[in-house]
Amino acid sequence: MAEKKQTVPFSGTKEQEEKLMQVIAEHRDDPGATMPLLQKAQEIYGYLPREVLKKISDETMIPLEKLYGVATFYSQFSLNPKGKYRISVCLGTACYVKGSGDIYNALTEKLNISGGECTPDGKFSLDACRCVGACGLAPVMLVNDEVYGRLTVDDVDDILAKYE
Amino acid sequence: MANINLKINGLDVSAPEGSTVLEAARHAGIKIPTLCYLKEINEIGACRMCVVEVKGARNLVAACVYPITEGMEVFTNTPKLIESRKRTLQLLLSNHEKKCLSCVRSGKCELQELCTEYGVEDENYFAGEQQHFEPDTSAPHMVRDNNKCILCRRCVAVCEKVQGVAVIGPNNRGFATSIGCAFESDLADTSCVNCGQCIAACPVGALYEKDNTDDVLAAINDSEKHVVVQTAPAVRAALGEEFGYPMGTDVEGKMAAALRRIGFDKVFDTNFGADLTIMEEANEFIERVQNGGVLPMITSCSPGWVKYCEHYYPDQLSHLSSCKSPQQMFGAVTKTYYAEKMGIDPKNIVCVSVMPCTAKKFEINRDDQDAAGMPDVDISITTRELARLIRKCGIDFNILPDESFDDPLGESSGAGVIFGATGGVMEAALRTAVEKLTGEELQKLDFTEVRGTDGIKEATYTVGGKEVKVAVASGLNNARVIMDKIRAGEADYHFVEIMCCEGGCVNGGGQPQVHADVRNFTDVKALRAKALYNNDTAKTIRKSHENPSIKKLYEEYLGEPGSEKAHHLLHTSYVERTIN
Amino acid sequence: MITIEQLKEIKEKAQQTTSKRRVHVCGGTGCTSSGSPALIAKLEEEIKKNGLENEVEIVKTGCFGLCALGPIMIVHPENLFYSMVKEEDIPRIVEEHLKNGNPVKELLYDETTKADHILPLEETNFYKKQHRVALRNCGEISPEHIEHYIGKGGYEALAKVLTEMTPEEVIQTIYDSGLRGRGGAGFPTGLKWRFAAANDADQKYVCCNADEGDPGAFMDRSVLEGDPHVVLEAMAIAGYAIGATQGYIYVRAEYPIAVERLQIAIGQARELGLLGDNIFGTGFKFDIELRLGAGAFVCGEETALMTSIEGNRGEPRSRPPFPALKGLFQKPTILNNVETYANVPQIIMNGADWFASMGTEKSKGTKVFALGGKINNTGLVEVPMGTTLREVVEEIGGGVPNGKKFKAAQTGGPSGGCIPAEHLDIPIDFDNLTAIGSMMGSGGLIVMDEDTCMVDIAKFFLEFTVDESCGKCTPCRVGTRRMLEILTKITKGQATMDDLDKLEELCEHLHSNSLCALGQTAPNPVISTLKYFRDEYIAHIVDKKCPAGVCKDLLQYKIDEEKCKGCTLCARNCPVGAISGTVKEPHTIDPEKCIKCGACMEKCRFGAIYKE
Repeated sequence: MAEKKQTVPFSGTKEQEEKLMQVIAEHRDDPGATMPLLQKAQEIYGYLPREVLKKISDETMIPLEKLYGVATFYSQFSLNPKGKYRISVCLGTACYVKGSGDIYNALTEKLNISGGECTPDGKFSLDACRCVGACGLAPVMLVNDEVYGRLTVDDVDDILAKYE
Repeated sequence: MANINLKINGLDVSAPEGSTVLEAARHAGIKIPTLCYLKEINEIGACRMCVVEVKGARNLVAACVYPITEGMEVFTNTPKLIESRKRTLQLLLSNHEKKCLSCVRSGKCELQELCTEYGVEDENYFAGEQQHFEPDTSAPHMVRDNNKCILCRRCVAVCEKVQGVAVIGPNNRGFATSIGCAFESDLADTSCVNCGQCIAACPVGALYEKDNTDDVLAAINDSEKHVVVQTAPAVRAALGEEFGYPMGTDVEGKMAAALRRIGFDKVFDTNFGADLTIMEEANEFIERVQNGGVLPMITSCSPGWVKYCEHYYPDQLSHLSSCKSPQQMFGAVTKTYYAEKMGIDPKNIVCVSVMPCTAKKFEINRDDQDAAGMPDVDISITTRELARLIRKCGIDFNILPDESFDDPLGESSGAGVIFGATGGVMEAALRTAVEKLTGEELQKLDFTEVRGTDGIKEATYTVGGKEVKVAVASGLNNARVIMDKIRAGEADYHFVEIMCCEGGCVNGGGQPQVHADVRNFTDVKALRAKALYNNDTAKTIRKSHENPSIKKLYEEYLGEPGSEKAHHLLHTSYVERTIN
Repeated sequence: MITIEQLKEIKEKAQQTTSKRRVHVCGGTGCTSSGSPALIAKLEEEIKKNGLENEVEIVKTGCFGLCALGPIMIVHPENLFYSMVKEEDIPRIVEEHLKNGNPVKELLYDETTKADHILPLEETNFYKKQHRVALRNCGEISPEHIEHYIGKGGYEALAKVLTEMTPEEVIQTIYDSGLRGRGGAGFPTGLKWRFAAANDADQKYVCCNADEGDPGAFMDRSVLEGDPHVVLEAMAIAGYAIGATQGYIYVRAEYPIAVERLQIAIGQARELGLLGDNIFGTGFKFDIELRLGAGAFVCGEETALMTSIEGNRGEPRSRPPFPALKGLFQKPTILNNVETYANVPQIIMNGADWFASMGTEKSKGTKVFALGGKINNTGLVEVPMGTTLREVVEEIGGGVPNGKKFKAAQTGGPSGGCIPAEHLDIPIDFDNLTAIGSMMGSGGLIVMDEDTCMVDIAKFFLEFTVDESCGKCTPCRVGTRRMLEILTKITKGQATMDDLDKLEELCEHLHSNSLCALGQTAPNPVISTLKYFRDEYIAHIVDKKCPAGVCKDLLQYKIDEEKCKGCTLCARNCPVGAISGTVKEPHTIDPEKCIKCGACMEKCRFGAIYKE
């Protein structure tokens, strides 16, 4: 079932909007600007709120639904804000055969959220990802840009505690 | 263009260069099943129903998009292919709500027919998890039920490529893909123009108009109510298809007979409203020309077009004629002039319209469409709903006699009937405007330059020594071309006709659905339009201002075209909307 | 604008400055993750402390390959290999080795110190059978300095084609070399270029597929991180060959280091006039733009990649028309992957015969593999085509760890298959791998041992495909889902032999009916595991057992009465109260209540709990 995409109340700043307008201006005559526009908009806002896509749509005349269709196609785009600490567990083959599935399950239990969600306090969000290329350290998880490798389930508590 | 020689199922076939396997096979009288394919609109090779074997190719290929080459050998009906198509159908069925008996498309469903053709004996063969959706009933004209959607994307392609609206599209990906609006919002909250072309394109029962036939029957069975019905010009050109008549058969007489048997108190004709529209619109045009009003003036008969203009060109609304559409003018006259004449309290009149159009369901609830202080039209049903109503009432359409419309609102001119085809309003208006401007009788009534199914037509006429430049567009993507020119100040037209649907109302979103395999190889628009032009030619009165009932209406009630009363009853206003 | 003479000057200067003692520290993703940035900082500090700033140059390089031993540091000119270096080791290395010239033996990679003399790196098992062509500069140069690349002969191939060769000669050279696409399908690169060159158009495009999406594959990332200029140079050569002036590199956003280095490289190349108008004064114009992927595996498919660059959902299009005729923005386009491009400049410089002398009859040159899974030497290896799988796994990879038995090697990612031990001696090339039901793919090579359940692995890959299916065509959208459902049933012991028949039917259906290669090859992991490990499927279905002991639903935890001392530790740790028994008596597990979490087994001090 297609989830109703609930976005938290939008609270963009003036600077963010100025940046967005600048990005739109830079790409005005760029064929196929949709992806770079969405990527940069997500960089600016952290996610893709409806208000931002609407702005892009109004400025570029790309239909809003088209932008939304693109945004929901690629897993990198998020319609919800991410947690302060973004946890992603690598479920690539190398990590999987070394037990990263168990790490992922342990995290969903401990944080009480499923993949793609954010804890109610906005602290942690959890995602599974495919191969971050650190196969030598498998199994691997990332908290923001920090890589934790050669993990066991028992390590999870300690890692989370670092961010509490 | 050069011809290419190939073999299909061992037969020598020759087809023009650039043809697809599907087209070449058709040349040879071989049918290849399709589902997602809509010629020139949706050529994506996605459903995989049309797979064929090509000698030397690694995998099966989609005939709908695979170009032919010299010497190629194609097989279209091997056991492997028949098995493949059956499995594809079973995969589709495994994620399809199979409530066929209660489905509006039952018996006319393309998926159902393919299942019969390919002998799908076990519909649950690949049973597994199904997606579940809440149907979107928010829009006034239609329901989107994704539980039945098979993701062929024909609706999406029509919305985007033909109408340029693109309020629906594929969201998410993989098994979770679904057709919907941005942020899964309700269709009613988007800039959907209610044209219903998505319904016309849907092969299954995922998209359908809101059915108001029960409301009609309830009104008829209410002894307090005086129920009158009006039928749009284009309905008579297509209703027959629902009952097995060849495309392009004019069933005006049987339709009138059927409506009478359903139990309407009066069987009238929207063509009368069309003639009235011409009186007002021609007058408005002349006034704008003579008094330096905003030009070009653009027609406002098509509610899909009007809503599109409000969303996408809110800065250009002054170009729109203030005339109500024929449906609404008809309703306004019914509840004022007709009510007075018959001595019926307009509150007790139920005005039903039969339209080739789903946007009319939206139009009847627009503001400023209430001449008698109540909605001009109460219920609007589509041609498809009328066919359903006829069946529901146990009427055998095919054995009905030809009957006429009732007086006084059933009388119409040939100008009124061609409203249903693109260019028809323009031609009808010219027939009246030219005579009014020159004061002389027209020698040649046929303005053939504005006829035909081209998306954009332009012509220049010399009227009383003055040049009149006109343009006609149908389909909103074509409208956009004209409107961009107007917005940029690059258009020097005086008068523009715009219809929301390609080909005009004959191809409206409320017309009988045409199977893709017919639609892909038949000019539906032209065939239906021909019925209307024949109807016009057969009439003795072919100019709106010569319609005796119209003359009488002005004499007895309205005075002159453009009079204060006419303005009050027959003209309306527009609102600025945003794009969503 | 730079001239060819100026290029030569830069090269000579670069070669001179690299004559000092150099310390190469790996700055690839693997080593960066295990702490190499901190090592570099510490090195700088210590070098300064010891006053060696003028003697020692630190070079942050790309990947050396032996990721399992990261972070890695190599000291030149001796070519000595410090593995798993820690920050606290640095002062010793600097003082003893860099200052006093005495290598710190106990910190060197242990294989190099086993003999009585220190082995040079290229003689270790991991490196001795490798032959580095595509990875030639990885680990050898700083990817962030264009002079380093030029110092290694970089951009000479571009100069050569622009001044000495016709476009047709370039294409013929590539064609004669036998280079085949390294992205997976192995289409002859020269032929692809020739098709695109033959189509006239006002604009053509050269695209680079750097959307390496196979889980467990990181060959392309390593090239981009270690030697980004080679890709730029090759694309410019391709542009000259087919008549294109614009290139696009579509790179995964998940590779931030690669993206950054590409950006730096493009900037440097533009600054020197190696990209842009009138390159080397020949009038040839070529520029490159980066486009970031956004997390869709299907965008590795060529038409999907182009659709994505155009700003749409990355859904594949039907072919024909092929991209050589109608590609990006409907213009003639060629698309090659990173590794393919990485071979091009050397083919130009060394000639087609040189390249064709490596490899097998139909697969020339080398292939880079990302070795991973249950193997000792996880990392990146480049071997000549025709090397056997056994050489790669057992010799280079050092075999399976912990004394476990090799079970299968998986190549080709979700499009490939599992190769059992019986085929370990097959020489690796495109056609051999396809013949045994797998495929070359882009080069991921995951080793599995006896603890791996092959049904579970097939299910894992199907989960991936289900996630990554674009949803456009029916067989892939619905079919992969149904396959996954059946596989799930099998791993839960709920499937019947009829389900297995249906699974095989779906395999065939998806293979021949899907729109693009993603759907067509999605059944491969199932087909190949069914081919070689059918008995495991049967065991799950008929005996309701998972021989590898992986599928939880088919396991039972039991207590060995002989070994159990009745200490109650297990019962106290069971989260669901499934274990009962009296103190000092053997305990029992209630299989109805047991959730198979394994907590009891971990806690038992007597090894009395086992699963079967």
